[in-house]
Amino acid sequence: MSISISGLTKRFGQTDVLRGIDLGVEKGELVALLGPSGSGKTTLLKIIAGLEWPDAGQLLVDGADWLQLAAQDRRIGFVFQHYALFPHMSVRDNLAFGLAVRPRNERPGKAVITAKVDELLHFLQIAHLADRYPTQLSGGQRQRVALGRALAIEPNVLLLDEPFGALDAAIRRDLRRWLRGVHEATGSTTIFVTHDQEEAFELADRVVVMGEGKIEQIGHADAIHDHPATPFVARFMGATVELPVTLLAGRAEGAGLDLAALPRRALGDGPARLFTRPEDIVALPDPKAPWRIVTRTSNGANLRLVLRHPDLGEAEVDTPRRATAADALVVDAPVRLRIAFGTIFPDGRKAATATTAQPASISIQEARQ
Amino acid sequence: MTVTTLTHLPGQSRRGERLLIGLAVSLSLLFIAAPLAFIFARAFSRGWEVYAANILHPMTLHAIWLTTITAIIVVPLNVAFGIAAAWAVAKHRFPGRGILVTMIEIPFSISPIIAGICYLLLYGRQGLLGPWLQANDLQVMFALPGIVLVTMFVTAPFVAREVLPLMQAQGTEQEEAAVTLGANGWQIFTRVTLPNIKWALLYGAVLCTARAVGEFGGVSVVSGNIRGQTNTLPLHVELLFNDLNAVGAFAAASTLTLIAIVALLVKAVLEGRKAG
Repeated sequence: MSISISGLTKRFGQTDVLRGIDLGVEKGELVALLGPSGSGKTTLLKIIAGLEWPDAGQLLVDGADWLQLAAQDRRIGFVFQHYALFPHMSVRDNLAFGLAVRPRNERPGKAVITAKVDELLHFLQIAHLADRYPTQLSGGQRQRVALGRALAIEPNVLLLDEPFGALDAAIRRDLRRWLRGVHEATGSTTIFVTHDQEEAFELADRVVVMGEGKIEQIGHADAIHDHPATPFVARFMGATVELPVTLLAGRAEGAGLDLAALPRRALGDGPARLFTRPEDIVALPDPKAPWRIVTRTSNGANLRLVLRHPDLGEAEVDTPRRATAADALVVDAPVRLRIAFGTIFPDGRKAATATTAQPASISIQEARQ
Repeated sequence: MTVTTLTHLPGQSRRGERLLIGLAVSLSLLFIAAPLAFIFARAFSRGWEVYAANILHPMTLHAIWLTTITAIIVVPLNVAFGIAAAWAVAKHRFPGRGILVTMIEIPFSISPIIAGICYLLLYGRQGLLGPWLQANDLQVMFALPGIVLVTMFVTAPFVAREVLPLMQAQGTEQEEAAVTLGANGWQIFTRVTLPNIKWALLYGAVLCTARAVGEFGGVSVVSGNIRGQTNTLPLHVELLFNDLNAVGAFAAASTLTLIAIVALLVKAVLEGRKAG
């Protein structure tokens, strides 16, 4: 089913949890809500589920107003981070729950329920667990059961709240692939919440980046990585180095910075901020440059340098250890920074906060050096 | 090795350990086991027949019946109240929630006799509601309703206190899962919430029963101690004792003691289930 959300807001006490959410999800799409904790992504998911209610806004599913529907009547599959399985029921009974609680005139017969549960057990590759109880299962197995329980009611929409958040890395990757397979087999419209970029980009057709109750950017991995729409997204996507620069006739300049690799752009003259990743910075020995190396650590493949500027503070650089100039990069050596790749946002408080999600920024589209 | 390190801390001699254990055992014997044994010894001091005659005395039988009927009314009501209160506090956010939690605890901190007096001042003949009750021919004080009310007040926290922490620890996710799967309120309660709290609930009910059966102070104020009419078992024990009928008093007391011991055994079993 297609979902259309507009103008959704929600306050908890003094806190604005959602500040005007507009989002459309196509039928059969797999969408990730990605953001740090406190960005409102779980609240948005719970509103779609009917477990929370917005203060204002609209939620239409296939044109029907879902804010008039109780959670019971929406027929959504909801999967919780901590599974929320019923501990006193076997796996089989957990899966059958959604069918067994239907009103008598809609409830399938016992044999139909059993057959349906058997089919699901088989489909989810958990048939051998049918008679176990949740406490006898591993985390990954529990999450498979939880998803099975949600799928049993043939949900209109499948919603997953940090579905793999409580599992360790190997099982996460495993379950991610498995969930993708389940999604392709069932074709159900699916929205899942995560704070893990890798998970979001690997699994989803489209990623919705959220920050402080607003949608910051919608897109897929490459676009969000290379063209962050806001400083918030840039920071969240790993552009942890922020440098003040000055724009002059479309060119950026900065003390001890070599910005020749960045293209000209159509921004007015004045102060701006450059967001870049440690691996997109090349430190070059230069006796006249203001940056100095404070620490130098190697992980074998890469050197991580911490640099200090007398006025601007510290910046981190990751550079290949075998690069030509790497030998000269010793503690206390003066260096200038060549920025291979970065995003510039006009300066001022307005641009730096997450409240202005205007596409006023220009991104640098440059081949990596 | 491990056991030694755990029980035998440095600087603490074996002798000190034995002394402490000995002290605990002898104090338990002196203050708990001895009085219990004494009750039964005195109750049977003139043989089985006298014991049986005392138990089967119409006044004693009536007291047993009155206490039983009080417990039968009070315990289910307080189970219902306890579940409702714990459910409200654990699963919902509303203004006054903190006050409700404190109010549930009040009966623990107030002397039952004060509760009895409050009920007397409220429902008694000279009480606030007295004239209205009299006009409508309703007898609350010195009758079963008064006994039930005071017992309910005194035993109100037991179930809620047992169930609440468990419900709070479990949170609301299972209920939310059940809602999304289409369950209605009653189905959620009976199929999800109740199975999760059943042992704690039974445990609370047993404690509540033990307390309801043994309640003395509050009931003594509101019952009026009318022999064969409003005399509960604990009150009856006191009456017999004041009548210098020691064997009768101890015989009646032995029934109370038996109820308490059974309750404790059930509680011990439930505690194991609850933990498991």
